[in-house]
Amino acid sequence: MDTMQKHVTIQKADGIATITFNVANSPVNVLNDDSIKDFALAVADVAKDQTLKGVVVASAKSDFLSGGDLKSMMRPGLTKEVFWGTVMQLTQAIRQLETCGKPVVALINGNALGGGCEMALGCHYRIMLQRADSRIGLVECSIGLMPGAGGTQRFLRLFGPQKAVEYITLSKKFTADEALKDGLVHQIVNTPEELVQVAKKWILDNPQAIQPWDKKGYRVPGAPIGKLGANDPFFFLNAHARKNSHGNYPNITNVLEAIYNGVALPIEKALELEAKYFMNTLFSKEAANIIRSTFLNVGEAQKGVAKPAAFLKQKSETKKLGILGAGMMGAGVAYVAAKVGIPTVLKDVTKEAAQKGKDYSVKIEESKIAKKKTTREKADAILSKITPSDSVQDLAGCDLIIEAVFESEKLKNQVTKETESVIAADAFFGSNTSTIPISDLAKGSVRPKNFIGIHFFSPVDKMPLVEIIVGKETGDAAIAKAIDFVTQIKKVPIVVNDGRGFFTSRVFGQYVYEGVALLQDGVHPAVIENVAKKAGMPVGPLAVTDEVNLKLVLHTASEKKDLTEFEKKIIATIDKMANQLNRPGKKEGAGFYEYPTTGKKYLWPELNKHFACKIDQLSHEVIQQRLLHTMALDTYRCLDTKVLRTPQDGDLGSILGLGFPPYTGGAISYIDYIGVDRFVEQCDALAKQFGDRFAVPDSLRARAKDKKKFY
Amino acid sequence: MNAYIYDHVRSPRGKRKGGALMELSPSMLATAVLKGLQQKSNLDTSKVEDVILGCVMQTGEQGGNIAKTVAQQAGYGDRVSGVTLNRFCASGLEAVNHAAAYINAGYADLLVAGGVESMSRVEMGADGMAVAIQPRLAMDNYFIPQGISADVIATKYGYSRKDLDTFAVESHRRAGVAQKEDRFKNSLLPIKDVVGNVICTKDEHARPLTTLEDLAKLPTSFDMMAEMGGFNAVVYDKYPEVEKINHVHHPGNSSGIVDGAGAMLIGNKEIGVAIGLKPRAVIKAVAIYSTDPTIMLEGPVPVTRLVLKKAGMKVSDIDLFEVNEAFAVVPLRFMEQLNVSHDQLNVNGGAIALGHPLGATGCMIVGTLLDELERRNKQVGLATLCIGGGMGVATIIERV
Repeated sequence: MDTMQKHVTIQKADGIATITFNVANSPVNVLNDDSIKDFALAVADVAKDQTLKGVVVASAKSDFLSGGDLKSMMRPGLTKEVFWGTVMQLTQAIRQLETCGKPVVALINGNALGGGCEMALGCHYRIMLQRADSRIGLVECSIGLMPGAGGTQRFLRLFGPQKAVEYITLSKKFTADEALKDGLVHQIVNTPEELVQVAKKWILDNPQAIQPWDKKGYRVPGAPIGKLGANDPFFFLNAHARKNSHGNYPNITNVLEAIYNGVALPIEKALELEAKYFMNTLFSKEAANIIRSTFLNVGEAQKGVAKPAAFLKQKSETKKLGILGAGMMGAGVAYVAAKVGIPTVLKDVTKEAAQKGKDYSVKIEESKIAKKKTTREKADAILSKITPSDSVQDLAGCDLIIEAVFESEKLKNQVTKETESVIAADAFFGSNTSTIPISDLAKGSVRPKNFIGIHFFSPVDKMPLVEIIVGKETGDAAIAKAIDFVTQIKKVPIVVNDGRGFFTSRVFGQYVYEGVALLQDGVHPAVIENVAKKAGMPVGPLAVTDEVNLKLVLHTASEKKDLTEFEKKIIATIDKMANQLNRPGKKEGAGFYEYPTTGKKYLWPELNKHFACKIDQLSHEVIQQRLLHTMALDTYRCLDTKVLRTPQDGDLGSILGLGFPPYTGGAISYIDYIGVDRFVEQCDALAKQFGDRFAVPDSLRARAKDKKKFY
Repeated sequence: MNAYIYDHVRSPRGKRKGGALMELSPSMLATAVLKGLQQKSNLDTSKVEDVILGCVMQTGEQGGNIAKTVAQQAGYGDRVSGVTLNRFCASGLEAVNHAAAYINAGYADLLVAGGVESMSRVEMGADGMAVAIQPRLAMDNYFIPQGISADVIATKYGYSRKDLDTFAVESHRRAGVAQKEDRFKNSLLPIKDVVGNVICTKDEHARPLTTLEDLAKLPTSFDMMAEMGGFNAVVYDKYPEVEKINHVHHPGNSSGIVDGAGAMLIGNKEIGVAIGLKPRAVIKAVAIYSTDPTIMLEGPVPVTRLVLKKAGMKVSDIDLFEVNEAFAVVPLRFMEQLNVSHDQLNVNGGAIALGHPLGATGCMIVGTLLDELERRNKQVGLATLCIGGGMGVATIIERV
């Protein structure tokens, strides 16, 4: 008899039951309250059916099972009690399946990620279809979560604690070959038909299937159960966990705890304990922040949620792209466009310069071929899309131009005029400027309605964010075009209004300035850098200023007319470093750091002398506040003055563009994370001690009074 | 305090690799020392109420309350109890202080306090360590291994490798002089094998002719562990002022890993008459103090200040100091912070030259201190050790 549920079906034929995931209203299979309930019913059914010889778990979609439904997990009002019920229902159902006394086979036809991998782990035999786009793995940590359906315990029991911790905390995705090599799957097949055939044969050959951890005398590999000696792998794993998380990510500590404690526990107890750590993780502020800002909001942005209403339903496609300037940025944009198949003209003043820009793509693809990450055919297909040129005539027919010439208003105006003479009247023109106001540049255009800012980050092929800047006269069609282009090249757009430094460059400036201010105030440079990293910033403010180059910071500041007293003081210091002490940055091998030809960079020892630094000048807490609060406060000002249109854009832009720590949820979420009233209080104290730059706008003070959250 | 030291005996300290004492189990080694104490004082062991032994790695053949095992095996009789305690590196001194407190409280009249550690047979770390291995504990407490802590102290306070090596060379030189002049003879017990032949008569780890050039050849010990093990990151998070750890400690300027046992007879004034012994010194004050558990080795200075306060004394009232040379940076920092001259400190060398049998050292250095006060005809001595977890323990004795 076949039983039909909404999301999971059972078919029984020849003594074999097939449990098939086909979750309704979702492009991929996900685990949510409904699909878990269905699955549990299916398991109960097959467990009690004495006529069955075996069970297979399969998918009717292109993926096997893509994991938990994050939207559902993040739904408002979800209580711990309700969620615990769901988590334990899934955990117990998988446990019931692996102990039902019949052989169970997973038919992994596509991605088996997160909960999907956990589902497969509950099957005695795992067969994976060989597919270039399929991966299996416990990837929950990459979005601030952890496995909650037995993943930590079954990885532990398959691989031992060392590998289990590494694979899970680094969210390793395995190809079929890698999975086979490590024993995560047992067999690889080449066709969907084979999946079924092999499964049936295996069931008939193995009537007594049992999981390794249920066999008598089973021991966790690499660790004596219940006797964690001094040679315990956790001795190093714990230190490495801090290296990667600085203690800011509860999911990482919770994964280690689940695995550590799991070593000493019988499997049922261990599964329940994992579920408890999973609950702790899911209900942490950090997990909510990470999921919202780096997953849900990224997804929304990539769907083009920021497009003007009239354009929401249609998606334009860029058919021919023209890039002006084949320097580092132009070359990078050409590569990412060619990768998605857009015919691209890469123009520079000379043919040689243009070819040099194309060579950037050649180099990347050659290295991929060498590492066997692509084939010659695929690489050639990408490279054939890029046409290097020194002639403006070649730009005819482009529906979008991206200008990436040197940061000079005059030069930009000149190339705009030149290009507009050959492109169609309805083509769009995007300038990749990082600082010059778009409305100023648009004055050099004959069709300012079609003129917009499209600001990429370096290196273009690695950085996911693109900041789209709307000038005074920019039309809605241009905004829609820019967003569609950005999503076409698989990047994440945010849309901001015009202003000096727009959003990202401006807030980044705050980080740089505050780092230098701390040094001026006599804070030991190592303390500045290490406190920033402990707070979760990827690079300290002094190191990043070296990378940007102090002379560039001076150049940018020189274009701003109304510098504050604070800014003037910082600029004086940077000027002293760059020009008097001749330490402009990394490129020159001398900045705040020394860059020896061999070995790691280190802080210039004489900084202490020039700035009279002391290690206990300020508390670590105040230093951390100065560095992060200044960015958050300026992000809020952007929101307050409509440079930013939504808090989401502020969060996305700060995390993806500036490396603002993801556990905070981004520079606006950070204010919620601290608590808006506490944030204002702390800013007031900072303003009193360190100056007006920490002054809180009235609207934020009002928000603090009402304790009104952004999310 | 009404707690007096009547006598002390210790084994020599045997080298770990191929050393003479390795063939004796820790129980047999401590048994020899307890027997030696009995014979030296012609002690009526029926008067002893308890044997308190420090032992750090209480597992395997050092497990199961080794103090009671040894009291029994040494023939002290069924009447005598035994308790084993673990205050990490200061366990031996903690045993002495416990005994002093019991006596002073009237809980007992006569006790044996001491310690044992056979580091060649029960390796360091053999008993596990919760704060190192449980993720929650390691994360919250910023756990790092002790050798890295020693390097962090050297980095923070600017001690160079040469500073440490110079101190180490002097430790070996002094130990050599002490051995040559037989200054340890009053307490040092020759150890015999099962046949009855003497197999060890002196501290094997000492190399009196060690030079700065010799030590300069040794590679530092904790670079790899800090770099590859990930502990660097823990240090930079907790001590952001440290840009890079300056690794300066190596086996030549750290305490020797050795086997050894020591025991001390401690009682009240009245019991001396009953056993026919004259007290050699009074235990004047004891103290315990804890500091930052990550950097871990900064206990000796504050605990010394505290014990002096309890005794109503000043640094200048102390004639001789014994500060355990766990790592060279510890006594160097002690001398600098308390303004103590090296002429008064570890005058016969310390653990760098003589070795540091973890559970026994604390008791051994009190014995060495007392012998040297007598030899020099001085009155007051102070012994202190740094301890894992940031603790420090100290004891002041005064000859009577």
